[in-house]
Amino acid sequence: MRRRAPQGTQAVQRALALLRSFTPETPEHRLSKLAAAHGLHPSTAHRLLGVLEAEGLIGRSPDSQAYRWLPRPAGAGAGPSIHHNGLRPLEPLRTPFHRRTAALCESNAWRDWSGYACVETYEPTPEREYWAVRNAAGLIDVSPLFKYEITGADAERLLDRLMTRDFSKSRTGRVMYTSWCNEEGHLLQDGNVQRLAGERFLVSAAEPCLRWFEDCGWSMDVEVRDVSEEVGVLALQGPRSRAVAEAATTGVDFGAMRYFDLATGEVGSGTGGAPVTVSRTGYTGDLGYEFWVAAEHAEALWDALVEAGQDHGLLPAGLLALDMVRVEAGLVLIDVDYVSASHAEIEVLKVTPAEAGLAFTVKLDKQADFVGRRALELERDRGPAWAMVGLEVDWFELERLWSEIDLRPQVVGQPASREPTPVFAPGGWQVGQCTTRFFSPLLKKYIGLATVHADAAALGTELDVEVAVGYGRRRARAQVVRRPFFNPLRKTMVDPMPGVDG
Amino acid sequence: MTVELTEVAGTGSGTPSRGSGRFDAIVVGAGHNGLVAAAYLARAGLDVVVLESSPEIGGATRSEEAFPGFRFSVFSYLVSLLRPEVIHELDLVRHGLFLVPTASTLNPLPGGDCLFREADPQRTYRHVARHSRRDAEALFEYKLEMRRMGHLMYRLQRAAPDELAAAIGDRVAESAERLDVEVSAEVADIARYFLDLPAAQLRSFVQMLTMSSADFLGQWFESDVLKAALSSSSIIGSMLSPRTPGSAYVLLHHYMGEIDGIYREWGFQKGGTGAVAATIARAAQSHGAEIRTQSPVARVLARDGRAAGVVLANGDEVRAGVVMSSAAPQISLGRLLDPEDVPGGAGAGLVERAARWQSGGCAGKVNLAISGLPRFECMPEPGPHLSGGITIAPGLDYVDRAYDDAKYGGFSERPFIDMIIPSVLDPDMAPPGKHVLSCFVQYAPYELAAGPWDDARREAFGDAVVRVLAEYAPGIEDQILHRQVLVPPDIEAIAGIPGGNIFHGELRLSQLFLLRPDPAAAAFRTPLPGYYLCGSSTQFGGGISGGPARLAALRALDDLRTAATAAGGAAEMP
Ligand SMILES: Cc1cc2nc3c(=O)[nH]c(=O)nc-3n(C[C@H](O)[C@H](O)[C@H](O)COP(=O)(O)OP(=O)(O)OC[C@H]3O[C@@H](n4cnc5c(N)ncnc54)[C@H](O)[C@@H]3O)c2cc1C
Repeated sequence: MRRRAPQGTQAVQRALALLRSFTPETPEHRLSKLAAAHGLHPSTAHRLLGVLEAEGLIGRSPDSQAYRWLPRPAGAGAGPSIHHNGLRPLEPLRTPFHRRTAALCESNAWRDWSGYACVETYEPTPEREYWAVRNAAGLIDVSPLFKYEITGADAERLLDRLMTRDFSKSRTGRVMYTSWCNEEGHLLQDGNVQRLAGERFLVSAAEPCLRWFEDCGWSMDVEVRDVSEEVGVLALQGPRSRAVAEAATTGVDFGAMRYFDLATGEVGSGTGGAPVTVSRTGYTGDLGYEFWVAAEHAEALWDALVEAGQDHGLLPAGLLALDMVRVEAGLVLIDVDYVSASHAEIEVLKVTPAEAGLAFTVKLDKQADFVGRRALELERDRGPAWAMVGLEVDWFELERLWSEIDLRPQVVGQPASREPTPVFAPGGWQVGQCTTRFFSPLLKKYIGLATVHADAAALGTELDVEVAVGYGRRRARAQVVRRPFFNPLRKTMVDPMPGVDG
Repeated sequence: MTVELTEVAGTGSGTPSRGSGRFDAIVVGAGHNGLVAAAYLARAGLDVVVLESSPEIGGATRSEEAFPGFRFSVFSYLVSLLRPEVIHELDLVRHGLFLVPTASTLNPLPGGDCLFREADPQRTYRHVARHSRRDAEALFEYKLEMRRMGHLMYRLQRAAPDELAAAIGDRVAESAERLDVEVSAEVADIARYFLDLPAAQLRSFVQMLTMSSADFLGQWFESDVLKAALSSSSIIGSMLSPRTPGSAYVLLHHYMGEIDGIYREWGFQKGGTGAVAATIARAAQSHGAEIRTQSPVARVLARDGRAAGVVLANGDEVRAGVVMSSAAPQISLGRLLDPEDVPGGAGAGLVERAARWQSGGCAGKVNLAISGLPRFECMPEPGPHLSGGITIAPGLDYVDRAYDDAKYGGFSERPFIDMIIPSVLDPDMAPPGKHVLSCFVQYAPYELAAGPWDDARREAFGDAVVRVLAEYAPGIEDQILHRQVLVPPDIEAIAGIPGGNIFHGELRLSQLFLLRPDPAAAAFRTPLPGYYLCGSSTQFGGGISGGPARLAALRALDDLRTAATAAGGAAEMP
């Protein structure tokens, strides 16, 4: 007599049978139909599919109504290996949200960010994700940021020594955006510092700086800990972000949170959810919040935000959309708009904070000596040599250039370009370079960030920028304009309400 | 495409007497440097002959089909130091230069762990951070500084050391008249660059000339694993431990290499490094140079206080007003030159000093033909790590102990191994599915305390290498189809390098710049007018660079021009 398969084995068999019904040809199945087809009770099917999903073997359809086939991960035994398979050290790292983002990444467009696989666009083009940030809410996984927890009696002292901002003025529950420099006053990085408690800070940075922080804190009563991999970060950005955030968390008074405030709460609507830290910060120039959560609770946070966002038009947004909105916000990006002094092989590539448009982060009136102070004092007396400016090419200029080849301007729908192009005095010499630019469909202007000689930086100055017109390169007349290009009231307003914009 | 050496070797070989006669210039040795010199001289319109003692060209760059279907790059294995100006001026790409980049370095560690460094800095950060986050960060700074140092060497090596010294002396003395040397604007520019270096870079440079690599690296890094990995380049070809003062310079030597302007890149020449020599030979021949193998030179001829040609071992005379030797100084200065011929009685000192030249070999080569790809315990599956360098140097102590064995006259029982798998980079190197493994191994001293390097000792050395490999790639011992073991006396016998030192002489401050290979012959000229040095024992040092040969040839051409002008006519020189 054949023995009945034991309980555990039966579950495995059922799960495998379910898994086999997901193929590229039949990619989507709804729970009820699938359960019926396999003769399973819907709750059993739900449980088994939940495991398959959690293991990253299947995903959900964009509307979450159905389960969906996922491409097999490398090494799953499909075909002979060409390379990489089995080489764990070579696989891109996965953020704590990876299973969620992977299930939604229809385009399969990934980009490396600090060694992590990050979604470039979820859909084939970034338009909807871009508009979600400006019109509803976008959810962006920014976990690859480096995160350093600084604790100890001298934590404030260390930050005051490292940073150009005045940390004697920092208060618990606030975030400070700051620059940090080397001894020559050359910019190393810019980033946010959260004051989580009197003697506890969290620095977020684009690039590693553990060694620098430790060395600058030599002899201080302070500990610097790299918590980059322990903390997941989600940016929820856009006019509806407050409503979504409020519905997805408990214990945070969003009405009272000011720009750059910090709060703690719990994930989900009831009590007992995972602890989460919320900062009213972001890289979009819009109303928005960033959520900092222990990696093991990352998925719970994602699920809560996505669920809460369903009624508000929330979409997950990839890095291309982020790059577009950050230009509108006039925010500089390290190693795109400026070269960190720690990477610059020759002197001319290095800039001071002022030259990178970050003069407002340098507090020469602060008490403490900070790294680079002497050089920055000299610069104050002498004046910076370069300036970061916003450039704007208006519609008529674009029409004029494109009409030369008998076309309407072909500028919309392109992601922000990071290839530096020259900037000239009108009809004359090169005075700098434009490092990021794109046509903003919101502002209906071609906008860019440029570094130019200080004497070409005054608002209203006319400059020529090189733009691609068909296969040709033309000089377009641009104006130096105020940054941010886009700055809605809701970004900073206390108790922001849906529908309020700038 | 497998480059056939026979295409270019053996022009007139076997019948050396046929080719005696008159030329404008003779180059002794058809190693890559000799061939570069010949190409430059022929390109300038001179009638040039290269005389090589062995039946093959290439010297230390030779490659051969050692076993049917398996091509070995017998000695040297990677290219980086090859000067871009040599590549472009001699149009080497047209003549067959084909460099496949080796993008990564894997250091297998005991227990299935590893340190992996890739071209992508982000990934490398992650790999190194597993061992030390501080070091992963410091690696950025270190590489930046080493690129600056590499660039400094690039500037320094663009001129002969005597010109440079004159230019620097000129700047220091602030008086051009006091120095009886004319300094070109280019050289003055290099001198200025050097003297105007920021203090921090000058400090690094002095450190690199004097410190041990372990101490030098210790200024940046805390992880022994990373220090050992980075120190590998500081011992290559040198009878030094990473803890020996001076080893930091050898590190720098390996950072001045570049491929297409990117310092510290290494490439594998399709067909093996022998194809580099073949490529250069073709370039030389395209300008009319003649290459004769099996033509050992016994002596340099002198007439009226000038070089006038050479005498071959078989007694044939070949005449030329310019003689250029690429052989090591023990040969070029110690054997080929009759001290009596050197004007001003300067010859005896030369010979004596040549005998004291430090060029004992310390490295062996174990080339393996294997039945399949090795499976490293740390990364068993095939992957990009197999197309990069793979180094067995799991810690500074490990390498230091390997050195200790050699210090007392033994070969390393657990050697340092620098390995590539040429057949992964170039499928023409082995039959499909099979592979060749090139292991550069240290330490293997030229002389063993226990007795001569007989077959038993050679095989014992080979066994030690396979034993160590099997610790990291279990099963490799059963994959081996053929094995070639070469130790310094073999390098001496086959490539004609006395002592078998891969650089034709240790790269130490005592044998560098104005002292390389001799204070009286440091700038390619010897005290015998018309007789020049152009091999690895001169400025630049060893490695597949072509740098010394180019500068030597340009200098000889300069001298010819000057002489022609003095004689009142430019007719002599094209
Ligand atoms: C095991 C080993 C591994 C190496 N690995 C690398 C590497 O990976 N990368 C790298 O860049 N470098 C490497 N090198 C160093 C590099 O190969 C040599 O420095 C370089 O090839 C030397 O070139 P050369 O032309 O100056 O001299 P050689 O190649 O030594 O050529 C000199 C030639 O002169 C000939 N000769 C000598 N005396 C006479 C005479 N009396 N008459 C006629 N001919 C004579 C010799 O037979 C020889 O062919 C390695 C060397 C060795 C030995």
